[in-house]
Amino acid sequence: MLTIRGELIDAMAAHARADHPDEACGVIAGPDGSGRPERFIPMVNAARSPTFYEFDSADLLRLYREMDDRDEEPVVIYHSHTATEAYPSRTDISYASEPGAHYVLVSTRECGSGDGPVEVRSFRIIDGVVTEEPIEIVA
Amino acid sequence: MPAEVRIPTILRPYTGGDKIVTGEGVDLGRLIADLDSRYPGIAERLVDEQGLRRFVNVYLNDEDVRFLGGLDTVVADGDSVTILPAVAGG
Repeated sequence: MLTIRGELIDAMAAHARADHPDEACGVIAGPDGSGRPERFIPMVNAARSPTFYEFDSADLLRLYREMDDRDEEPVVIYHSHTATEAYPSRTDISYASEPGAHYVLVSTRECGSGDGPVEVRSFRIIDGVVTEEPIEIVA
Repeated sequence: MPAEVRIPTILRPYTGGDKIVTGEGVDLGRLIADLDSRYPGIAERLVDEQGLRRFVNVYLNDEDVRFLGGLDTVVADGDSVTILPAVAGG
């Protein structure tokens, strides 16, 4: 189960809307071992693509150094799908490399950049196996 | 030339859980071969026939080795090598 504050869900949804039709991506870091997503870090999609996302390699190094210095880990790794459902694609599964992270998918296929509904779902992706998990929203 | 190598979470099962290990080699390719001699299987996760795997980033000090010399990048005593899998998908 992913336990997360509502404002962080809203922040991911807002980022996904803003970057639509390209995929948006980012991380929510939290204290090491806590499993608690706290610090919202939107990243640039270096691929600037509606079907692919990738963190820029220099940004990636900076991000991991910073989390290391703060004793944080990537609790949530999120990205958007802009034309398909919020479910990990084959590519998502093959590149997933943080077994401890919650992979959050946000779909903007209905709302686009507008105010319509966004679909937000959370998954574990470990050794190529996808397991959906419930999201518990807390204040 | 011993260099410090930072291992990402997903590869720590190869290093017995160690986050930082030491590797030796005059260049990155030889350093990876050295790591593989002690942590068998790790090289396979980093390189393929084409060279460094597309979705693995390796940095020498602060520079992505793709912008240096790839596997031929010279590693000096005391350098720091960081391995980070790309965060990517579709």
